[in-house]
Amino acid sequence: MVQSLFFYIFATITCLAGLMVVTARNPVHSVLFLILAFFNAAGLFILLGAEFLAMLLVVVYVGAVAVLFLFVVMMLDINYSELREGFQKYMPLGLGVAALLLAEILLTLFSQAELRSTTTATSDTHNTLELGRVLYTDYIYLFQLAGLILLVAMIGAITLTLRKRPGVRRQVITTQNNRTREESVAVVQVKSGEGVGGNG
Amino acid sequence: MTTETLMSFGLELGWILLQILAVAVPLLIGVAYLTLAERRVIGFMQLRKGPNVVGPFGLFQPFADALKLMAKETILPAGADKVVFIIAPMLTFVLALVAWAVIPFGEGLVLADINVGILYLFAISSLGVYGIIMAGWASNSKYAFLGALRSAAQMVSYEVSMGLVIINVLLCVGSLNLTAIVEAQRGMWFALPLFPMFIVFFISTLAETNRAPFDLPEGESELVAGYFVEYSSMSFALFFLGEYANMILMSGMTVVLFLGGWLPPLDIYPLNLVPGPIWFILKICLVLFVFLWMRATTPRYRYDQLMRLGWKIFLPFSLIYVVATAGVLLAFDMLPVVAG
Repeated sequence: MVQSLFFYIFATITCLAGLMVVTARNPVHSVLFLILAFFNAAGLFILLGAEFLAMLLVVVYVGAVAVLFLFVVMMLDINYSELREGFQKYMPLGLGVAALLLAEILLTLFSQAELRSTTTATSDTHNTLELGRVLYTDYIYLFQLAGLILLVAMIGAITLTLRKRPGVRRQVITTQNNRTREESVAVVQVKSGEGVGGNG
Repeated sequence: MTTETLMSFGLELGWILLQILAVAVPLLIGVAYLTLAERRVIGFMQLRKGPNVVGPFGLFQPFADALKLMAKETILPAGADKVVFIIAPMLTFVLALVAWAVIPFGEGLVLADINVGILYLFAISSLGVYGIIMAGWASNSKYAFLGALRSAAQMVSYEVSMGLVIINVLLCVGSLNLTAIVEAQRGMWFALPLFPMFIVFFISTLAETNRAPFDLPEGESELVAGYFVEYSSMSFALFFLGEYANMILMSGMTVVLFLGGWLPPLDIYPLNLVPGPIWFILKICLVLFVFLWMRATTPRYRYDQLMRLGWKIFLPFSLIYVVATAGVLLAFDMLPVVAG
């Protein structure tokens, strides 16, 4: 009973937050609602008994991806009225994507019986252990391939943003660390009223 | 549903609430005295006395401070995003508290003994950055925003190496459960075989909690006070409490991962008479003292040096160490056996 109560709480908040993501006026609020939706999705995962996936969702999506999202959105100089104008233009595309996703969900719902038989086979072991076993034995090549794709994406992002500007003086840490006291500090006895003299 | 099931459900709920209070109240008192300890310890390190007037040895100083903060006016800046502005400190404070649900204080003394305890801790500590970004953005102030940006970049950077350090420990334990992690240290604390990782983890926690020498987000000499410049009264107090509760939490994490949790230093006669929670609290105090010690003795890092340390030194080092640990465990056939 408590389980279904929590399910309805999480599910309702997820749907409402999802709705707010698209309707909120301020993009920063949209991202914050997105984070709320992620959180409740993690709650749903926990109700399913998939605690490892729930934690991963929070660590990866909320803890890292959404932070960068928020970062970028906060720094953008957004004109709200211009944003509204684009709404009409992208409406058909948005509706198309929504219809596609709805079709996927419906398809999953109707073929639920077949899906369930494969997902509940691992109920007596920790799902962390089982996930690790499956990922690193059965799907090891695909798993490594996914990692390589991410690596390529990362290198691409770095090469796109890295630029060598001339005339930038960077600190070389080893030279800094190799400096000795003798070559950097001089103790001078200064007579009062005369100053150090010279250029110093 | 009968009234009987409702009664038992109510009783269960009440018992859980009582347990939560039993963790939260001592924690808040601990936070209050940590602020006092910080001022006293740094005072003595700098040959001053620190606050010693209110009550014996200044022991009532935290309560005087709390009273003062509560009596002050809460100011909402005119250009602020009011809702986010108010939510931010609450979020910081709540996150600092909920993480304690999985920390084991002794054998079986834990609110929620979940399978993925360490991941839960890692997830909650990675959320701490939201309170800061939201505060910095909602304040609608340059200084607050700059402080928030610095803090977010810093926390995200150091989280990566923290994650890798945790993987090192997990390799030696074979479980994500915190109780199992502590039990695995019965023979030897992980601080000894994984000593370099212990140091990396400790320094990363300093960066994660925005403490000196990594306190650039609130660098008072250039940013006034960083992300919470615009906050006053209780909303400021919530940030303050959250920050210190986070310090205690990070110390708790260090103790659980590396210093043997509630286990005595040596399992011999006079030491193992002392109950586990006492050892746990003593170890946390030790780590916290080092936190304060660092603040009193180290100068603040420059921002590029901070990023260099995180990405170019800690990240490769901990990554290599993961490979080395796995290799050693595999070569000497010491990989933990996981009960499936």
